[in-house]
Amino acid sequence: MKRIITATVQDRAGVLNRITGMLYKRQFNIESISVGGSEVKGISKMTFVVEVSDDQKLEQLTKQLNKQIDVLKVSDITDKAMVARELALIKVASNAHLSAEIQGVIAPFRASVIDVSKDSLTIQVTGKPDKVDALINLLGTYGIKELARTGTTAFLRGQQPHVTEISSFSV
Amino acid sequence: MKVENHAAESANKTITGADLLIETLVEAGVDTLFGYPGGAVLPIYDAMYRSDAPFKHILSRHEQGSVHAAEGYARVTGKAGVVLATSGPGATNLITGITDAMMDSLPLVVFTGQVANQVIGTDAFQESDIMGITTPITKYNYQVKKLSDLPRIVKEAFHIATTGRPGPVVVDIPKNISQELSAEKFETEFHLPGYQPTTKPNPLQIVKLAEALGRAKKPLILAGAGVLFSEASAELKEFVEKYELPITNTLLGLGSFPGTNPLFLGMAGMHGTYAANMGIYESDLLINIGARFDDRLTGNLEHFAPNARVAHIDIDPAEIGKNISTDIPVVADAKEALKELLNSEIDMPEHQAWKEKLQQNKKEYPLWYESPSDLLSPQWLLEQVYQISNGEAIVTTDVGQHQMWAAQFYNFDKPNRWVTSGGLGTMGFGFPAAIGAQLGAPDDLVVSVVGDGGFQMTAHELSIIYERNLPVKVVIVNNNALGMVRQWQESFYDKRYSESVFSTNPDFIKLAESYGVRGIKIDREDDVVSTLKDAFAYNGPVVIDCRVAQETCVYPMIAPGKGIHEMIGVKK
Repeated sequence: MKRIITATVQDRAGVLNRITGMLYKRQFNIESISVGGSEVKGISKMTFVVEVSDDQKLEQLTKQLNKQIDVLKVSDITDKAMVARELALIKVASNAHLSAEIQGVIAPFRASVIDVSKDSLTIQVTGKPDKVDALINLLGTYGIKELARTGTTAFLRGQQPHVTEISSFSV
Repeated sequence: MKVENHAAESANKTITGADLLIETLVEAGVDTLFGYPGGAVLPIYDAMYRSDAPFKHILSRHEQGSVHAAEGYARVTGKAGVVLATSGPGATNLITGITDAMMDSLPLVVFTGQVANQVIGTDAFQESDIMGITTPITKYNYQVKKLSDLPRIVKEAFHIATTGRPGPVVVDIPKNISQELSAEKFETEFHLPGYQPTTKPNPLQIVKLAEALGRAKKPLILAGAGVLFSEASAELKEFVEKYELPITNTLLGLGSFPGTNPLFLGMAGMHGTYAANMGIYESDLLINIGARFDDRLTGNLEHFAPNARVAHIDIDPAEIGKNISTDIPVVADAKEALKELLNSEIDMPEHQAWKEKLQQNKKEYPLWYESPSDLLSPQWLLEQVYQISNGEAIVTTDVGQHQMWAAQFYNFDKPNRWVTSGGLGTMGFGFPAAIGAQLGAPDDLVVSVVGDGGFQMTAHELSIIYERNLPVKVVIVNNNALGMVRQWQESFYDKRYSESVFSTNPDFIKLAESYGVRGIKIDREDDVVSTLKDAFAYNGPVVIDCRVAQETCVYPMIAPGKGIHEMIGVKK
């Protein structure tokens, strides 16, 4: 199962190495990891998307993260009300004829063209990872020359619904 | 007036970073430093030479010896073992010992020299990325970037190493930092918001555990080294005796409960007793106090305590549920948890039949051995070591057959007298660990039980016991082979003894004598008692080369992959 875990950490030399080293040593499978500053100076925020086999493994993961001395707080926000976003840059093969068609494809995704050359377009898209996946899929027919994704970054929404309102069904 | 002048003078005193380090170590109460000099730590050794620091420096002959000695010291005293080595090869020679300390939760503070900050990352002479190398094998590590950070880092290092679940901390000190001059007093207050070990148990969990005990018909206690680290032996004994609970130990937990107490079933695990292992298998409530369910204890996880509710008291939350799913987790210091349990009203149902069954197993399936026609029986030899030392020695070992025999036949009645490499299983650990143990407990008899293989890995530390006249008794259980490797090849590899039997060994007597240490060889059982008595009474180091029968195997045994109830060799 895929889980989104966030961690606030002390911004010290080697902290990323400590954490990725631990994940490697304990055989956890990281799908993406994003790191950056937070609202507090000296504190960084990390977002991991991980694939774990069961609850016991998941518990181990959060405990091992918590055990790190530089880690201040660990949350598994997968089942919470949250916002999770990713940015992707996609360079697609294009020409004068195709350009308009591609623009049409990306419009519903609210993606934008940020670079144009004779034989390519570079598109920037932000959104939930599945939206990014969907656009990448669609653009695949034109030929993707280069692709870079930031990995997911996420946090909780300003307001959490009452516990009873959290439903496990979705459309 | 004079006093004031003196104060003013010392406030302006310009000292080096190395001097500051020595001062901080003295403030931390360090009495013994295990080290080896080299280029990047020259300023520190110079500061030590110039200072009248009240600690001893123990010069090993290889850095691995320093770190194992520090482990032995830590294990016996409960204080942090302190190590100092130079950059590059000095630091990398420590890796085995640091990993060993990490696996067995021993508090160490390890100082390594480093090339100057300006050249870190340029592959400078004797540079190694010791931060990168030691990150996965330490509880925490530091590289000192600014002199002003040094005193705080040293304090933090001791705090982290010795609190919570203990472990090794590395402090890497670039040469420019130890050379830098300063007259300032630096901040030593520390703030570790991400490190606050939970020591007090959650009262609700204690209630759950008490309720579980109130329903248990076949309760069993499994006590590990966590009991030793939290100095909870007295509370454990009181608790166990109050409810007459059968109890077993992990290898590292030996001594946390008196080995001669009738409620003690012997050690559990791969070479544990039948009574202990079957006790775990059949129990309906297993209370683990300060052990981590290591695979050498559990055997095949599917068959481990299949009918038991499992309670697990551990100061490290990450150990709970790691290997064995736990019904009643208690994150706490063992002593605090036991105190709370002692304060709880537990209406324990009668479990006489269970106790009797375990006692019956104990009587029916004792540890056994055979007497060889030639040379010594190693198990009998260990029994003699136990008898002649009145069960009061500090015993250190490496890993392998001799280790298991010592664990089986030496009944530790007191805590912190058993120094062995459990998790990492390090050959070459026992002898230097004995040196550290003897320095930590100068008035105790320290017996280092080692194999002929392991002893050769760190035998050069004979220099230290001669130099310091440390009365360590080295008992080499010499079967001219790597006994446990040989045993596994016999049992699981159709007797293909690949590289496990030595074609040559040194003359250990001459080896000892070449260092100035007394050496004795024993190859007849008739000579054992008198020789050991004489050696143990001798006020100085002795190496005793005991020739034991090579074909002897360690039994009983849970073969790899088998369940805890599928033991072989339970009877003669």
